[in-house]
Amino acid sequence: MLRYLLRRIGMIVPTFVAVTFLSFMLIRLVPGDPIEVRAGEHGVPPERLAEFRHQFGLDQPLWKQFLDYEAQLLHGDFGTSIVTQDSVLHAFFQLFPATIELSVCAILFAVLVGMPLGVIAAVKRGSGFDYGLMGISVTGASMPIPWWGLMMILIFSVALGWTPVSGRISDAYFIDPVTGFMLIDCWWSDDAGACTSAASHLILPTIVLGTIPLAVVARMTRSAMLEVLSEDYIRTARAKGLGGLRVVVIHALRNALIPVVTVIGLQVGSLLSGAILTETIFSWPGVGHWLIESIQRRDYPVLQGGTLLIATLVMLVNLGVDMTYGFLNPRIRR
Amino acid sequence: MPLLEIRNLSVEFPTARGVFRAVDGLEMTLDAGEILGVVGESGSGKSVTMLAVMGLIPYPGRVRADVMRFDGTDLLGLSPRQRRSLVGKDIAMVFQEPMTSLNPCYTVGWQIGESLRAHNAVPKSAVRDRVIELFRQVGIPAPETRLRAFPHQLSGGMNQRVMIAMAISCNPRLLIADEPTTALDVTIQKQILDLLISLQRERGMALALITHDMGVVAETAHRVQVMYAGQMVEEQRTDALFAAPRHPYTAALLDALPERAVGHARLPTIPGTVPGIDDRPAGCLFNPRCRFTTERCVAEPPPLAGPAGARARCHYPLDAPVAVTA
Amino acid sequence: MSSTASAPVQATGAAARPMPGTLRLFWRSFAENRGAVLGLSITLVLIVVALLADVVAPHSPIEQFRDNFLTPPVWAQGGTARFLLGTDDVGRDILSRLIFGARLSLLIGIAVVALSLAVGTVLGLLAAFAGGFVDVAIMRMMDIVLVFPSLLLAIVIVAILGPGLFNAMIAVAIVTLPSYTRLTRAAALSELARDYVTATRCAGAGPLRLMFNTVLPNCVAPLIVQATLGFATAILDAAALGFLGLGAQPPTPEWGTMLAGALQFYQRAWWVLAFPGLAILLTVLAFNLFGDGLRDALDPKLRR
Repeated sequence: MLRYLLRRIGMIVPTFVAVTFLSFMLIRLVPGDPIEVRAGEHGVPPERLAEFRHQFGLDQPLWKQFLDYEAQLLHGDFGTSIVTQDSVLHAFFQLFPATIELSVCAILFAVLVGMPLGVIAAVKRGSGFDYGLMGISVTGASMPIPWWGLMMILIFSVALGWTPVSGRISDAYFIDPVTGFMLIDCWWSDDAGACTSAASHLILPTIVLGTIPLAVVARMTRSAMLEVLSEDYIRTARAKGLGGLRVVVIHALRNALIPVVTVIGLQVGSLLSGAILTETIFSWPGVGHWLIESIQRRDYPVLQGGTLLIATLVMLVNLGVDMTYGFLNPRIRR
Repeated sequence: MPLLEIRNLSVEFPTARGVFRAVDGLEMTLDAGEILGVVGESGSGKSVTMLAVMGLIPYPGRVRADVMRFDGTDLLGLSPRQRRSLVGKDIAMVFQEPMTSLNPCYTVGWQIGESLRAHNAVPKSAVRDRVIELFRQVGIPAPETRLRAFPHQLSGGMNQRVMIAMAISCNPRLLIADEPTTALDVTIQKQILDLLISLQRERGMALALITHDMGVVAETAHRVQVMYAGQMVEEQRTDALFAAPRHPYTAALLDALPERAVGHARLPTIPGTVPGIDDRPAGCLFNPRCRFTTERCVAEPPPLAGPAGARARCHYPLDAPVAVTA
Repeated sequence: MSSTASAPVQATGAAARPMPGTLRLFWRSFAENRGAVLGLSITLVLIVVALLADVVAPHSPIEQFRDNFLTPPVWAQGGTARFLLGTDDVGRDILSRLIFGARLSLLIGIAVVALSLAVGTVLGLLAAFAGGFVDVAIMRMMDIVLVFPSLLLAIVIVAILGPGLFNAMIAVAIVTLPSYTRLTRAAALSELARDYVTATRCAGAGPLRLMFNTVLPNCVAPLIVQATLGFATAILDAAALGFLGLGAQPPTPEWGTMLAGALQFYQRAWWVLAFPGLAILLTVLAFNLFGDGLRDALDPKLRR
């Protein structure tokens, strides 16, 4: 297990270096000279520009600049926002809990709803329930997130008034961001009203962001279960005189979990894609919202640092998924 | 009263091209402590019959029978709960593929223990000891450590021993062994077979041994049923069957045994294959492959005829005086 | 038990045989899947509408009717038969914009799929044939692309290239490249191990001929399926970029851009939002259903 882990980490390092190279090139490829952007559009004398260039090391050869950039990254310096002058790393970790909170809720929603539905569909294959669920599932996977989010707002917030339109919590409450996770912070603050408010703000974004993963999980669970249910060891389990539920959950689902967990893990990238859209629609103050704003403000260092941080996280999550996979499947353990 | 009694059993599977009848009008009786050999080519319905007894016919298969009783209990009238308390306890089954018949996610010890726990066969605290004892009985060395092995860490022969241990864990009165040695190496086959026979003798259970190997039957079974295309075509005591087979199919199977084919330049074979859904013949199902086929064989299906315990499904049983002008 | 397997075995044998009847057999197994037929029908309607947009559309997609701002659809109160699905905030006919948008969406799908399919196939074949360093380099590159959330990478690419429909299509094509490359490589590797490839090689075929004439035709089935599903992804991603203001720019009647345009008005004029999104959903759904049906019909292993 340890050797497997080390090999897996060893594989990550070159990928990570390549990703940093891409992010390093990003700032040099975007239109506009970073120094001129930084100096503003007022007439700055050319000597002064050259001085800036030297100050930021931009007169060095490219490979030297790249090495400097790597050194910076290793010191935890992911750049500075042009607009707010705030450290990118700092801003990222301030906003990231909001994204995690939303993403975790969406994944939980997708798994808790999608997995049982997929299991039932597999057990009752060919039934009306099965066909209905698969129809809904392919529709969910085809959903244009921006439209879906806005329609939900239109129906549940505007027309029915059940849920708030945007944000993480009502303005009436001020919650000290201890962990950055609004639900947990509200819980600690012992303010029932704040808890309700935070939870009600979470409902629509969770459903919207969870829709595509839900569709994928339901579908994947169903097909994995169908495959497992026809295995010989399921027949053995039935031949032991075990109850139907025990056969399905203990014997079949446990084996079906392996492909399903892999798929959930692979969803992390597309989940973050969805988070960018969902956060934009619901003005959810997470990293997705932040990155879109940075583009609109041409705040490229934020785009650069934020993208790099997200890519790094995806790599780590993928590693985690591989580990879980190893844990679930005794065959590749050891 | 026989331990297992089946009369006119049929198992059908609806397919895209009509209903496929995997088992057709099958009769079977099995007494306590008896070893019955069920023989036939693949596709002859041997396994499906036994799965029907276990109640394991997968959806959308349909099981019908005039009588299907185990020790006086009507198997078809059972509620799922009643069936579950019977299956795995009083009737147990060993399957053909030991490598895929055990759940890869759990240790073999756990899987046997699950059987014990499901039927409350021993107190919870005694499960582990009982599993170790079972391992000893089926000849698994170092049971304490093997207990924690996953199926993929054991050989096919070992896994089949595990399967047997699991099957006998609750002291069944009927053990069904569905081609238990087919997937194993030849050297292991004999060991597993001997193990089954000795367990059967020690415990006095009934054993239904499904196989396509006449040689296996000759060494082990008290009585033999030969199946062809979902029907029982002949039943006899083992010695009588080998001495004087009555159905041409049985005779052909015996001729194909290497031990009996001494003197032939080539091993005799039976041309053709068991009919499937598309090529089911009219009349006797064996007529396209039979050496003795007449017009009557093509026209009318033969009934199961002859003295009880020695019946054959043939218009012209081999030991009958030849009174036909074919 | 083996008796139950007889039906699928036969069907497989029939599908695998390259006989004149193959197409008909393929169609029969495709038509069994009602969802797939529905998807194909919607796709065909969409293609016809897109081709005949000039004839079918009641108005020009960019003509502004100054006295008809935010007119509701015909069945709602205040609607008029002149604008069946209503008008937007500057008085453009939504139906006409949707019809011309269909043209754009199909164009996006074709362009993106063609680009990433062509490049992905070549890269995948190259990786499979060259092996060694080339293989590792190509596949590592694809892994790196996959490390970024696809929309984020597309956003970054558009940030570099500048916003616009054309650049958005390039961005989406790059983002979807890895799936084609991986698929081609995997299929080619499994074909390369077969005897017929060895036979062709022994007959003296050059590497290019081996690549494109011998191996590629046998990898086509999964690529067709992936391309069909890729159509759906391309339209969805391009619409997302349009919504974020990074894709097609107004007044282009691109569906995602129309959604972005609806942002300020949708709370009082739901139709400005509802119809473009519905159009995206329906189109993407059609391609997904069609692709699933193709996969089931082409891949006997997955058939029920």
